[in-house]
Amino acid sequence: MTLANVLLVDDEVAFVETMTKRLTKRELNIISAFSGQEAIEKLQKNQAVEVVILDVKMPGMHGIETLREIKRLYPLIEVIMLTGHATVESAIEGMKHGAFDYLMKPCDMDLLIEKVKEAASKKRKHEDKIIEARMREITSRRG
Amino acid sequence: MNRNRTKQHGHRHSLARNILLTILVVSITPMVLVSGIILYQFNVSHHDKVEAHIKELVQKHKQNIDFFLEEKLSDIRSLAKTFSFEELSDESFLEDRLALLQQQYRHVFVDVGVINNAGLQLAYAGPFKLGKALYSNASWFKDAMKSEYVISDVFLGLRGLPHFIVAVRDNWNGEPWILRSTIDFVAFNDLVENIRIGETGFAYILNKEGAFQTKPVHKILPNPGRYLEKISKDGEDTAIQIFEQPDEAGKKNIYASAELKGGDWILIYQQRASDAYSEFRKAFKLTILINLLGGLGIIIMAYFLSKRMVNRIDKLDKEKRMMNEQVVETGKLASVGELAAGIAHEINNPVAIMVEEAGWIEDLLEDEDLGKSKNVDEFKRALEQIRSQGKRCKEITHKLLSFARKTDSKVQEVDLNELIEEIVALSMQRAKYSNVTIKTDLQENLPALHVSQAEFQQVLLNLINNSLDALERKGGMIEVNSYTRDNSVIVEVTDNGPGIPKANLNRIFDPFFTTKPVGKGTGLGLSICYGIIKKLGGVIDVRSSIDRGTTFLVRLPSPGQVQIEDENEPGKEIHS
Repeated sequence: MTLANVLLVDDEVAFVETMTKRLTKRELNIISAFSGQEAIEKLQKNQAVEVVILDVKMPGMHGIETLREIKRLYPLIEVIMLTGHATVESAIEGMKHGAFDYLMKPCDMDLLIEKVKEAASKKRKHEDKIIEARMREITSRRG
Repeated sequence: MNRNRTKQHGHRHSLARNILLTILVVSITPMVLVSGIILYQFNVSHHDKVEAHIKELVQKHKQNIDFFLEEKLSDIRSLAKTFSFEELSDESFLEDRLALLQQQYRHVFVDVGVINNAGLQLAYAGPFKLGKALYSNASWFKDAMKSEYVISDVFLGLRGLPHFIVAVRDNWNGEPWILRSTIDFVAFNDLVENIRIGETGFAYILNKEGAFQTKPVHKILPNPGRYLEKISKDGEDTAIQIFEQPDEAGKKNIYASAELKGGDWILIYQQRASDAYSEFRKAFKLTILINLLGGLGIIIMAYFLSKRMVNRIDKLDKEKRMMNEQVVETGKLASVGELAAGIAHEINNPVAIMVEEAGWIEDLLEDEDLGKSKNVDEFKRALEQIRSQGKRCKEITHKLLSFARKTDSKVQEVDLNELIEEIVALSMQRAKYSNVTIKTDLQENLPALHVSQAEFQQVLLNLINNSLDALERKGGMIEVNSYTRDNSVIVEVTDNGPGIPKANLNRIFDPFFTTKPVGKGTGLGLSICYGIIKKLGGVIDVRSSIDRGTTFLVRLPSPGQVQIEDENEPGKEIHS
C-alpha cells in the first residue's frame, strides 16, 4: 500500500529520476512525465493518480497551462506547484487556478512529503464526499 | 577628458561665432542694401528736382529781366516817337516827361537826356547837373549811332555811380538825335538779387567780357572766367544750361546760365552743391546714423543672442550627457538584473538535482548496513553539508530572481503612514529577538503618494531589515519618521548601530556589494531599493557616522511633482 499515487512533471530528467527514486523510497507511487503534454497523456492512462507535482517553468506547454488543463479534465486531482522562480505571482496564479500549494525548488523532502500527503487526503476526502453524496442520492431515490 | 573639454569649448566658440556672423550678415546686408538703394534713388530724383527747380527759376527771371529791359526801352522809344526833337529839347518839358515816367515806374528812370549826333547833351532832366555833357566817346553813344536801340553795359559813367543807359536814336530834319535815359541800377539789381535759394544760392549778370552787370551780394566773389568759357562754348544755345564745377575754394557749385539781352548778357545762378542738395545730405546723414545705430543694435543683439543660444545648447548638452549617464546606469542595472536572473534560473535546476542526489544517497545510506564503517558519520555530515549549501544557493538565486523580476509595480494611491505601520508591525517579531525597539514618528495627513505599494513595502522592509542586521549583536533602537518638506515626502529610517565606514558609503547601493559574512547577504537589497526609488522619481540617500548610527532617507516628490526630477540629487552622486 502506497501513501499516494503521484505524477511528477518536470523537464529536468535527472531531477525527475532522482526524485522518483527518493519519493518511491518514501512509499509514494511515482509516475514521471517530462513535459506538460506527456503529463496529460499519462493522466489519461493512469486514472489512479491523486496528486501531481508540477514544475512551473517548462519548455512547450508550461506549468500554469498544464495545471489549467489538468484541472479542466480531472477537477479532483490535486496539484502541487514547484517553482524555481521566487515569483510569488506565478505561484499565486497557480493557486488561483486551483493548485493545492506551491513549493520552491530545491525543496525540502519532508515538506514535500507532507504536502503530498495533505493533498492526497484532501483528494480522498473529496472523493469520499462525492461517493457519499452519490450513495445518499441513490438510497434516497430508492427510499 | 580635459582635451575633450577644450575641444568642446572650441567647438562652442566657433558655433557662437557662426551664429553671430550669420545674424550680422543676414540682418545688416539687407539693411545696408535697402537704405543704399533708396538713398541712391532719392539722390537721383532729388538732383533732378533741384536742377529743374533752378532751371525754372532762372528761366522765369530771365524772362523777367528781358521783359524789364524791353519795357524800359519801349518806354523811351515811345517817348522819342511821340514827341518831337524840339519838344524834348525843352528841358522843362523833358522834366515833365521824366516825372511822368517816374510816377509810373517808381524812379526806375533816373534821368532823361536828349543828345545830338555829336554826342552833346542838348537837354537834360534829372537829379544831376549834366546839361551840355559830351558823350561822343561813350561806348553806348557809339553803339547808339550804329543801331537804333541800345541798352548799355553797366558802367560808372560821368557820375561815378554804376548805372546803365537805355538809348533810342531818331532822326529830325535828317540829323540823328538820341534820347537816352539812365536806369536806376539799384532797381535793376534788385531784380537779380531777389533770386536767392538756400544759404548760398544767388544770381548775377555778366556781359560777354565777363564783367559784372549786377552787384553780387555774396561774400564769395565768383571768378567768372573759370566757367565763362564753358558757357560761351555752347553760347549759341538759348536754352538754360546747368552744370557743376568746383570753384576756387574747391567746393562744388551748381551753375545755371541763361542769355539775356539777345546774348549780350548772361544771367548766372550759382549755388553750392552742398547747399542745393542739403535735403539729400540730411537724408544721407540720417540714413547713415540709422544704419550705424541699427548695425550697433544688431551687433549687440546678435552677440547676446548667440551667447544665449550657445548657453542653452550647452545646458541641453549637459542635460543630455547627464541623461545618458543615467540611462547607462539604469541599463547597467537592468542588464545586471537580467544576467543575474538568467544565471539564477540556470543554476537553480542543477542545484536542485545535486541536492536531490545527495538526499538520495542519504536515503540509501539509511538502508545500507554500514554500522561498522567508521566513515558513516562523515558521509552523513558531508551530505548534510551538500544539502545546506544547496539551500544557500537556492536563497541566493531566489534573491537574484526577485531582483530582476517584474514586481507588481501597479501605481496606486498609498497612505504612506499606514504602509509604514504595517511594515513596522511585520518587523516587530524579528526586532524582539534582537532586542531592538522600533519607534515611529509619523507626520499626520501626509499626502497620498502615487507609488506601487508592493515596491514601497519592499524598500521599507529592506531598510528596516538592514537596520535590524546592524543592531543584531548589541540591540538598540530604530526610528522610522515621515514628514513633508519642500514638496517632498520624506521617510527616514534611523538606527543607532555601529554605522557604515566611509569607504563603504559610496558603494552600498551597488549591486552585489555586501559587508555581511559570506552566505548571509546577496548585496542586492539596497540596490533594489535604489532602483525602485529612482523609478518613482525619488531619491534615496544615506548618512552615517561610525558608532553613532545610520540614517537612510527616502525622498519622494509629492503628487503633482512626480515628473520633476531634481538635478542635483545626492543619491546620484553616491551611485556614480
